[in-house]
Amino acid sequence: MEVAYLIETVIKVVVVLLVFSALAGIGTYFERKVLAFMQRRLGPMNVGPYGMLQFGADAIKLFTKEDIIPSNVVAPIFKIAPVITAATAFIAAAAIPFLPEFTIFGYTVHPIVSDINIGILYILGVMGVGLYGPLLGGMASANKFSLLSAARGAAVFISYEVVTGLSILAPIMMVGSLSLIDFNDYQLENGWMIFNMYGVGFVAFILFWIAGFAETGRTPFHLIANDHEIIDGFGTEYSGMRWGLFFIGEYANMFFISFVIPLLFLGGYGDGSFLGAMALLGKMSFFFFFFLWTRAAWPDVRPDQLMWLCWKVLMPIAVLNILIAAIVMI
Amino acid sequence: MFEAIAFYLFAFLTTLMFFITVTTSQALYALTALAAGMIFISAFFFILGADFLGAVQIVVYSGAVMALYAFGMMFFDSTREVKEKQGNKLIVSGLSILAAILVVLIFAAPMVTDNIVALYPVIEGAGNTQQVGMVLFTKYLVPFEVAAVMLLVAMIAGIVLAGKKMDLSITLMNDAEIKDMKKDQNKKVLS
Repeated sequence: MEVAYLIETVIKVVVVLLVFSALAGIGTYFERKVLAFMQRRLGPMNVGPYGMLQFGADAIKLFTKEDIIPSNVVAPIFKIAPVITAATAFIAAAAIPFLPEFTIFGYTVHPIVSDINIGILYILGVMGVGLYGPLLGGMASANKFSLLSAARGAAVFISYEVVTGLSILAPIMMVGSLSLIDFNDYQLENGWMIFNMYGVGFVAFILFWIAGFAETGRTPFHLIANDHEIIDGFGTEYSGMRWGLFFIGEYANMFFISFVIPLLFLGGYGDGSFLGAMALLGKMSFFFFFFLWTRAAWPDVRPDQLMWLCWKVLMPIAVLNILIAAIVMI
Repeated sequence: MFEAIAFYLFAFLTTLMFFITVTTSQALYALTALAAGMIFISAFFFILGADFLGAVQIVVYSGAVMALYAFGMMFFDSTREVKEKQGNKLIVSGLSILAAILVVLIFAAPMVTDNIVALYPVIEGAGNTQQVGMVLFTKYLVPFEVAAVMLLVAMIAGIVLAGKKMDLSITLMNDAEIKDMKKDQNKKVLS
């Protein structure tokens, strides 16, 4: 039993790692294509049919590039920072059920590495630790732009962690559990979370979604690595695969957040049939596409606007939301 | 067996990290080792089956240490070594060893004499989170509320210390003084 469980877990971990590292690469291809179409361009076209192999070329470039460690940086921290971003993104994925359980060759597979009963708290906590990567990379780089980016990273981390935490409190109160599988089962019985409780679920959904943009550092809140004002922020001094690891971490985080939002608020995989699984993948694709859509359609906000939005708009709404949820539940 | 391996691995890592935190003179090393140590501690909670406390340990301490980083950024050039003023090393090491022995004694004494009894048996069917909640809102309700009040006091004190003109009270001023104050403010905005 013990050995079988161990082998199964190792296989699941390897599959999740491989699939999502590859998806992170393919995600860059999607991003370029979507951005290109929205700007009436073609995007990558030359490598492979329709530019499909572009990410392979990018990967070869990143892997074979020289790994430069500048002379004034704090070398050990500088080297470890990208690993933190990439690793925590994948560690967080341990509690996400990617598909409903299915049977293959008479063996029931649970496509979740570990169904711990504090799932969502664990995912958000570990994903939050991922922001240590930009912070450490920025502080160790001995570069003013990187330091600015690290300071912004710390500010975003401390403030948006509050919004994410508060926004999911109301759904957690309704479900009475922190496990994503319990969330899914609750929504199977009572309908999707966003239609529940006179709009409390919907408000929580919007807040969580907005905070998700800040957690992953995507465009309206892209100020950690804002190209037009602080070059590439924490990534300025990085080259080759170390920079690539930051990239993989960011895209993997986008995919995982895109899985978590439907699981929390939009019914997840429903009854666990094949159709339900496909629906979950469809919802995930929509949220991933929305990340790219926003990047094409919205300008970046300034850091002070970001803080204003967090502390003066989102946090009061989140607190009120919890209060209303409590009153309704009584 | 896996639990034993995990325990010794994380015990070693945690001790190593906090050792680095104390001994290094490089602010960035110290802070990073502190953060890593705090996160490694959560592994013990997971091994003991206290999942909720483990996750909370990660969430709370990663945020708390992040605030320390911000201070480090403000006060040091974090890529350079800090010159520490070292007084009498004998006194420092003696006191810290004494403190360590005291802490170990305080926690070991009730275990040695078998005075620890689990008063709240595990409730069947309740998850880890629910159990924490039940104990928190029955036996430990008063300490919990007192802690909440203390945090509220600290928050208000922080706002007063950081805010502008918080030492003035408009209710204690008469109209003329308030008008003077408003005039001053307008001057500052215009200049």
